[in-house]
Amino acid sequence: MSDPGRQRVAFTVNGEQREAWVFPHDSLLDVLRDDLGHHEVRYGCGEGVCGTCTVLLDGEPVSGCLLLAVQADGCSLVTVRGLAPGGGGLHPLQACFLRHGAAQCGFCTPGMLLTAWALLQRDPRPSRERVRRELTGNLCRCTGYSKILDAVQEHAARAAEETGGHG
Amino acid sequence: MVAAPFRYERVTSFEEAARALRERGEDAKVIAGGQSLVPMLNLRVARPAWLIDINPVGAGPIEDHGGYLRLPALTRHRAIEAAEVVRRRCPILAAAAACVGNVRTRTRGTIGGSLAHADPAGELPCVAVALGAEVTVQGPDGARQVAVGDLLVSYLTTTLAPDEVVAEVRVPTLGPRSGWSFLELCRRSGDWMVVGVAALVELDADGAVAAASVAIGGVAERPWPVPAEVLADLLGAPPAGERLALVADGAAAMLDPDDDVHASGAYRRRMAAVLGRRALAEAAARARDNGRPAR
Repeated sequence: MSDPGRQRVAFTVNGEQREAWVFPHDSLLDVLRDDLGHHEVRYGCGEGVCGTCTVLLDGEPVSGCLLLAVQADGCSLVTVRGLAPGGGGLHPLQACFLRHGAAQCGFCTPGMLLTAWALLQRDPRPSRERVRRELTGNLCRCTGYSKILDAVQEHAARAAEETGGHG
Repeated sequence: MVAAPFRYERVTSFEEAARALRERGEDAKVIAGGQSLVPMLNLRVARPAWLIDINPVGAGPIEDHGGYLRLPALTRHRAIEAAEVVRRRCPILAAAAACVGNVRTRTRGTIGGSLAHADPAGELPCVAVALGAEVTVQGPDGARQVAVGDLLVSYLTTTLAPDEVVAEVRVPTLGPRSGWSFLELCRRSGDWMVVGVAALVELDADGAVAAASVAIGGVAERPWPVPAEVLADLLGAPPAGERLALVADGAAAMLDPDDDVHASGAYRRRMAAVLGRRALAEAAARARDNGRPAR
């Protein structure tokens, strides 16, 4: 059989146009990490179970290990680096994680943040149960999860206050 | 772990997919959401020579055709879970879609892919069997209609020919005085179910059971439809608790599930009886309330 060969893919990562030459069997995770230097997207299980490779694909959370890089062609991707407004500050959700000690070793944190952020886009004031359910696909071996739930809920409450939201 | 090399072709219609499958031969695989296939590629359990990517075909809207909903095969679980028309007209499907994997699985996973993958512990195959859903299967020479009960054969095995692809799914809508329940037992949230039960109960104007359909997942090589002769004991009488329990026990007694790392066969059989009774009771209660929408 002839060499499968690389093909060019182009997508935006955190608003920036990027391209790479990839094999069909390259995962998006590998391309983001190895070719494009996005080390904040992490390899955990390779089976879509642990959530450490979570990225937002056109705004929705996906497992980077289960998406072929060729399938992301033309899409918009967001990693945790894209959450904070430019200039190196923290996103308010990240600040809440810090305040609550919701990150210890930090390995799961990018996936936690992105999954929680995507939930809050759809449901700005989720119940604790809703947050828990949404984050079941992101494993944390340090915090015991309670602090993560606290952080997400506090951020949701603050954001609602700031926008004059209710509920 | 990384997938072994394969070649890759995008198609923009199911006809084109079927032609590509015929041309590429039996070492070609269709990729839809990829949430079951790509783990198998990463673990090298599957090593296809070609992947035919049907995602560019896209999914049109879910359509209400009165007696049934028409779902394009590439409808994502998240879309099913959130669709007002599904929550109103076939709430059991919305509830089951919400139980599939984690949020990332549901962002990408598709109903056609779930049925074609034929995992006996899958939520959507179980509910599709209970509902009597049908699929349209596209081959290189035309399309055919198949009941999901006839599509699913065994573990990861269907009656799809190597050059056929699921193009569309049709699920019956629930009528008035109909109720539903979908219950599953999982070791951890997002895991495949150890046992799952999909139950549908329809009452007549006097509150007696007019029709019932139950499928049990995780207990056999494919979702197991409880035989009509077992469910016949429910018909013509109010859905009283003891009667529901007897029917659920009778159904579970017919099962001979395998032991595996998650549960013994005996435990699965016992849980099929427990969940069967609860699911029938919940479905009957919802039927009395005229079928509430999902959650």
